[in-house]
Amino acid sequence: MDAQGMNRRHFLKVSGTAAAVLTTGIEGIVAARRAPAWAQGTKLHIVRWVDFIPEADVELKRQAPEASKALGAEITFEFINANDLQPRITAAIQSGSGADIIQMLWNWPQLYANSLVDISDVAEPIGKAQGGYYDVFSSTAKVGGKWLAVPHGTGGNAVAYRRSWFNEIGVKEFPKTWDEYREVGKKLKAKGKPIGQALGHSFGDPPTFAYPFLWDFGGAEVDATGKKVAINSKGTIESVKFLQAFWKDACDEGGLAWDDTNNNRAFHAGEISATLNGASIYIVAKRQKDKIKDEKGEPLWQDIEHAALMPKGPAGQFALYAAFQHAVMKYSKNQKLAKEFLKWLHQDANYGKWFEVNEGYSVGATKKWEDHPMWAKVDKPLQVFRQAARLTRAFGHPGPATAKATEAYTKYIIVDMYAKAVQGMKAEDAVKWAEGELKKIYEG
Amino acid sequence: MKNPIAGGAGSAARVEVALPHSGAVRRRAFERLLENERLLAFALLTPTVVLLGAFIAYPFVMGVWFSLSDISVGQPAHFVGLKNFVKAWNDSIFRTAFWNTTVYTFWATIFKLALGMWLAIILNRHFRGKRLVRASMLLPFIIPTVLSTFAWRWMFDPTFSVLNWTLYKMGVIVTKLPFLSNGDWALWCAIAVNTWRGMPFFAITLLAGLQTINTDLHEAASLDGANGWKRFWHVTWPLLKPVTVVVVVFSIIQTFSDFQLIYVLTGGGPANSTHLLATYAYQIGVATGLLGEGAAISLFMLPVLFLVVWAQLRYLRKLEGA
Repeated sequence: MDAQGMNRRHFLKVSGTAAAVLTTGIEGIVAARRAPAWAQGTKLHIVRWVDFIPEADVELKRQAPEASKALGAEITFEFINANDLQPRITAAIQSGSGADIIQMLWNWPQLYANSLVDISDVAEPIGKAQGGYYDVFSSTAKVGGKWLAVPHGTGGNAVAYRRSWFNEIGVKEFPKTWDEYREVGKKLKAKGKPIGQALGHSFGDPPTFAYPFLWDFGGAEVDATGKKVAINSKGTIESVKFLQAFWKDACDEGGLAWDDTNNNRAFHAGEISATLNGASIYIVAKRQKDKIKDEKGEPLWQDIEHAALMPKGPAGQFALYAAFQHAVMKYSKNQKLAKEFLKWLHQDANYGKWFEVNEGYSVGATKKWEDHPMWAKVDKPLQVFRQAARLTRAFGHPGPATAKATEAYTKYIIVDMYAKAVQGMKAEDAVKWAEGELKKIYEG
Repeated sequence: MKNPIAGGAGSAARVEVALPHSGAVRRRAFERLLENERLLAFALLTPTVVLLGAFIAYPFVMGVWFSLSDISVGQPAHFVGLKNFVKAWNDSIFRTAFWNTTVYTFWATIFKLALGMWLAIILNRHFRGKRLVRASMLLPFIIPTVLSTFAWRWMFDPTFSVLNWTLYKMGVIVTKLPFLSNGDWALWCAIAVNTWRGMPFFAITLLAGLQTINTDLHEAASLDGANGWKRFWHVTWPLLKPVTVVVVVFSIIQTFSDFQLIYVLTGGGPANSTHLLATYAYQIGVATGLLGEGAAISLFMLPVLFLVVWAQLRYLRKLEGA
């Protein structure tokens, strides 16, 4: 509409909408029943990983036009390989251009703190309205008391295993301790059905195994202050020695070259009997029941069981689950729109649809979602993910999840300590190597 | 009409007369400009200099500056001197990457040269389907590296390797070969893939060199009683040496700074055992965000490549002198 065509009524309508948005944000948009007056052609670009539940990405793509209509701007999602997220973030920050919102895994907001917008005004109300965030997000998304990313969910892990194969060797329930698990794995491997575990350079499965495994035996990369390297301990050495034997006796030794997708494929192909993974193995097997079958030709999903946690070690039973967040980049020219979008994304109606599609693969970042009616509908093996987010620790445990802890993770030091040992390096030497590398990060 | 050029504001007829004259004058002036060698050289070189400056010199200078600073993602840079270089040198993963890069380059170049030479000699002969073989030989070179490496990754897959399956079905093996899950195996697999990809470049260039060799020389050598090996060693090789040196040097430069192949095939694993300088620099600089340290690691390639180029230029100059 040109200036001559703008009458008083229209002016009041437009300015009223704009004022509503400025003062009340997404609530204002809803109240005004009209998209806000963003500059014509404004685009909001969001980069996320390619989800292990393909339908989750489909749902977000489906929601994009709805968000575009509600916000009066073009919302576009881009999905990239999770292992390429960090390089993309670095390139975007250094060039000062790129996506307006980028998905942050783990405690990455700590590493990129200087380049992220303080979005406490978005995160706090969402947390308050939805029963509060799980504790882990205070470590991962909050830096210096400010929320630098809005928590979006947690990817819980569990040990997926073949019920019938465990039964065949007389095991009716999942082993409680690592020693028991080793014995079970030994028998399974002897039958050509080893345990599968990724121990390569990949963002998810290798660290979600290696860190809790280390903690189970009383090891830790640093002490509680997060400043002193504490890896060279009796507990760590014990854990490394145990894994050397466990790997040889019970595991598919090809796991050293696996990324996060290999164990899913190996499990679906009937090559492994158990593996630590998110709910994706079960969900994909069920959704593709005509394709993914067991050796008898029956749908494989019927034979999949989940153990909520890996077995217990001498020091306890721990978990490390991927935290998912969305951060607004400081270089973005659409910061306000980005915040409005995140508010829109976390509205119950919108988030709920995405949450339901996930069926427990990604659970909520706030406690409210534990009570969602979806849990009454999902299968029993998926119920273990309902409260998964309560259990997880973060990198750097028992110290704070600092940027240095992220650096250690990104360099795969804990993962490689185990990988070196299972390839033949003496346990003490592998731990010493890790100590040297960690000291360069924490004390260098 | 004293000044037809200045008469533009006059009638149409006067303009019609004036324009050709004006054009001729301008053309002559332009020709004079072209005859000025300095100006012509400047005009021809400027686009190249600008392109080189923008895409080679500027990133290079920035890389040097980054390597001398403590810059990390989103943080300002402060000058730290050679600290990053010292840190890299004391880093066990860096030393592994440096060693891997040397081994990878050395063996891949040897294999590419030997197999490329062999292939070139075969293709230099006449046989049925020669054209088809020559064209198909170029396939590994034409297919994008990322794509072909993905195919190789599937062939070496720890669980679904078609090579393991074939060997197992043939009764050659009883357990899977650890193509990518054993550090040593993985590096040799990478060397094999690099050889497969780079061999056509050697073969086609050496083939071009072989075709410039006068067949009379071989005939004369045969008449003198030289067998195949002697003809190769005393006739082919000396004449092929200049081309071979250039190809080997190009290959060393490309292989030493290789990135895509390792990034896709192994990601530097298992346990850093296949990291090359380029992939490790990427992991530290781009993935971890320690841009200064990453730049220092990648700059370690410079002296090695500088030496290679220097040796090549020296050799070529010597040949020109001879």
